[in-house]
Amino acid sequence: MTMLLHPSLDLVKNIPAIAADWPGGFWWHWLVFTIIIIAFVLVLVMGYIYIERRAMGIMQARLGPNRVGPFGLLQPVADAIKVMCKEDIVPIKADKIVHWLAPIVAFFPVLMIFAVIPFQNGAVLADLNIGILYVVAISSISTVGVFMAGWGSNNKYTLISAMRSVASVVSYEIPVVLSLAGVVVIAGSMSLNQIVLAQNIPMILFQPLGFLLFFIGALAEINRSPFDLLEADSEIVAGLHTEYSGMKFALFYLVEYAEALAVSSIVTTLFLGGWRGPLLPPWLWFLIKVIAVFFVMVWIRTTMPRIRIDQLMALAWKFLFPLAVINLVITAIEVLVFPAGLPWLLILVNLAIMAILILLWSKLFKLGGGRIEV
Amino acid sequence: MTLKTEPYVINIGPQHPSTHGVFRMRTTLDGEVVVDLEPIFGYLHRGIEKLAEERTYTGFIPLTDRLDYLSSMSNNLAYVLAVEKLARVLVPERAEYIRVIMAELQRVASHLIAVGSFLNDAGAFMTPIVYMIREREKILDLFEMVSGQRLTYNYMRVGGVSQDLPEEFLPALDNFLEQMPLYIDEYDQLLAENEILLARSKGVGVLNKETAVNVSAGGPVLRASGVKWDIRKADPYSIYDRFEFDIPTGTNGDCYDRYWVRVQEMRQSLRIIEQAKAQITSGPVRSEVPHLIRPPVGEAYGHIEAPKGELGFYLVSDNSIAPYRCHIRAPSLLNLTALRDMIKGWKVADLILIFGSIDICMGEIDR
Amino acid sequence: MTVALTGFNVAPQITKQFPDAVVEANDRAVVVKSGLLFKVAQYLKNTPGLAFDYLNHISAVDYYDYFELVYYLVSIEYNHSLVLKTRCDRNKPAVPSAVSLWRGADYQEREIYDLMGITFEGHPNLKRIALWAGYKGHPLRKDYLE
Repeated sequence: MTMLLHPSLDLVKNIPAIAADWPGGFWWHWLVFTIIIIAFVLVLVMGYIYIERRAMGIMQARLGPNRVGPFGLLQPVADAIKVMCKEDIVPIKADKIVHWLAPIVAFFPVLMIFAVIPFQNGAVLADLNIGILYVVAISSISTVGVFMAGWGSNNKYTLISAMRSVASVVSYEIPVVLSLAGVVVIAGSMSLNQIVLAQNIPMILFQPLGFLLFFIGALAEINRSPFDLLEADSEIVAGLHTEYSGMKFALFYLVEYAEALAVSSIVTTLFLGGWRGPLLPPWLWFLIKVIAVFFVMVWIRTTMPRIRIDQLMALAWKFLFPLAVINLVITAIEVLVFPAGLPWLLILVNLAIMAILILLWSKLFKLGGGRIEV
Repeated sequence: MTLKTEPYVINIGPQHPSTHGVFRMRTTLDGEVVVDLEPIFGYLHRGIEKLAEERTYTGFIPLTDRLDYLSSMSNNLAYVLAVEKLARVLVPERAEYIRVIMAELQRVASHLIAVGSFLNDAGAFMTPIVYMIREREKILDLFEMVSGQRLTYNYMRVGGVSQDLPEEFLPALDNFLEQMPLYIDEYDQLLAENEILLARSKGVGVLNKETAVNVSAGGPVLRASGVKWDIRKADPYSIYDRFEFDIPTGTNGDCYDRYWVRVQEMRQSLRIIEQAKAQITSGPVRSEVPHLIRPPVGEAYGHIEAPKGELGFYLVSDNSIAPYRCHIRAPSLLNLTALRDMIKGWKVADLILIFGSIDICMGEIDR
Repeated sequence: MTVALTGFNVAPQITKQFPDAVVEANDRAVVVKSGLLFKVAQYLKNTPGLAFDYLNHISAVDYYDYFELVYYLVSIEYNHSLVLKTRCDRNKPAVPSAVSLWRGADYQEREIYDLMGITFEGHPNLKRIALWAGYKGHPLRKDYLE
């Protein structure tokens, strides 16, 4: 238990935490879980690629891939084999070292995020007590990889794309971190396992505004629609991976989906209750929730057009950032002041506040315009 | 301390996923802001005007199909009208009605592609264009019934059309006319109030009235800027004066108005088709014209309201079997003159969107 | 209906303004001298009764002795149209450019220069438009051999 939480707001936990050291011995635990995480990421990324192509196809009144394997399930395997057999082309004037290192620098931080995500009670690689801080810190490193890719390709289009990516990631860090802080204030701990244990009622109901802010901010950070102006096919012809082919291109593709997987895992853990659920085994609940969050992301991608870079930054600074600050202040006040034992009243109050704030703010803030005198 | 920056030149080249055809733009950018733009085209020049001097009048009709390959019926119609003016040939009633139905169906098909690719450029990843192509397939099925072709129809002839409608055409047309307004309403519901589309296209790429008239723009580009000029009402050709329809006009001249004008024009076209279908008569579909026509010496200019603007053919004849000179007034070439004005001060993302909203087709520009 | 003004309507007005401009006036068109083309066009654009503010198109025809340029002008306000022609010599074809009056003439004049070889004086950017820069010859001329 912690010092952040006022004793009057007693949301606590009747499941004790299990220590994370199965099957015994530090290095065995590390080895088993490293293998589990790598397998999880690779298999689930392939599953994500399949879900995206199939679901997008059906929403667009056509079938997705359905030839390779039953229902097209082996399509990502076929893609992986194809991409590994391709020739690796490097532009002549490109900066060789930067060009070679960029996919690696972009990929490894994403893999490291999964070290703190709990798959079951006590099933984490490392139960750090600064879990969320670690996640936020590590995920910013892959931007450096993206910028290296854009710069090292010696191509004006990729440079535009790299500049856009740096600007957008920097702008969206702040609302994302502030909305995470709201969750931490209510749950009382930064360790992800503790946060899942604290959710007798899922956190999405206590922090509806925080959930929305985090989801939109995370979509912008991982450059998915409607914020995919980095790889906008209609403008800059595939953006930063224009000059990559073969295995390096596969790594960038993997980065994109692994980041989507990481974000959906974090959303599940923090807001939807992680592995908690009634009948099925916990890791199955985790999988179901992760896939459901990704399905919502695919749905949004199929439906919305793309917004422009200055509108993207205006959205971050003028809309999401003030709302995130207000959210944090209101959460802190509630934790101190609200009477104990009335969680449902708190939920209703929070939903009402969210509705009022969003309606009010959207009246004051309009996107659009942006012509500059030349 | 201010940073020293300098503008750089980027080439949005002939091979690009979203320049509609082979079109090259040399843009000077300052950061993301477009400072200057120079369009370069000519990659699809086939010398159609010179070829006209060697083909016969009727033998040139397949070449006109390939001008604006997305609206072949309208190209055929414009050329055939010019030859009929030159040779003073009359067209039977039934042929006139069939021509109007075909031209308006072609307008709907062309605008579906125009709106779909506009939204594709805005970033809605292929979803609207796939829906609109699904509707266009139904129109192409109708065209295949009459002419056997899906893209370049070669259907109109001097003095009428080449074949009569088969029996299954009118019931299929009925079916289409029942379903299509519902689909247009569905697209309106999904798109017209979409926040992101409004933010991307309202107020973007404004072309004001005087500039639009000065650069000889035509079609939806001119009408979205507020000028109510449509050849079907201003200088009616064929039998358009028998039908009742409105001309949608925009107010601001921005990208959203151009998109809106095209959607409304689709609705008006469906209205015209319904009236034509109700009034169609029976009779011959082609008047007696020799295969090798020799019009008397003179010149004529025949123009129609094609989906992209005003398409006109200026023909000079010297009483031989081939035209002496055939000049094609291409709407896309003139609409493109306004691009430089519309684009200054906007960003690269807007450049693609504004260019898509003018809706050009390279076959016409290069000829 | 767009009223097509004949040469007979418009020629007297032009002759009053520019006494020796009109070479020929028939029921289709008005033919003016190429040197005075710009001034006549400016007069036609700015006079309140005529107000030809919309340039529909420019064509060029190669009759074996001379080139003929055809300007088709339209007035949106009054809904009437006029065909204005001018002739120029085959050996040194040069005509003043109409770009400063109607910007729509920009690409069309470049195309006529490219394919027919008529130079337009005063055009800001007279380069080839449909063929590439080093091309020799002008294909639309009647005596162009491959």
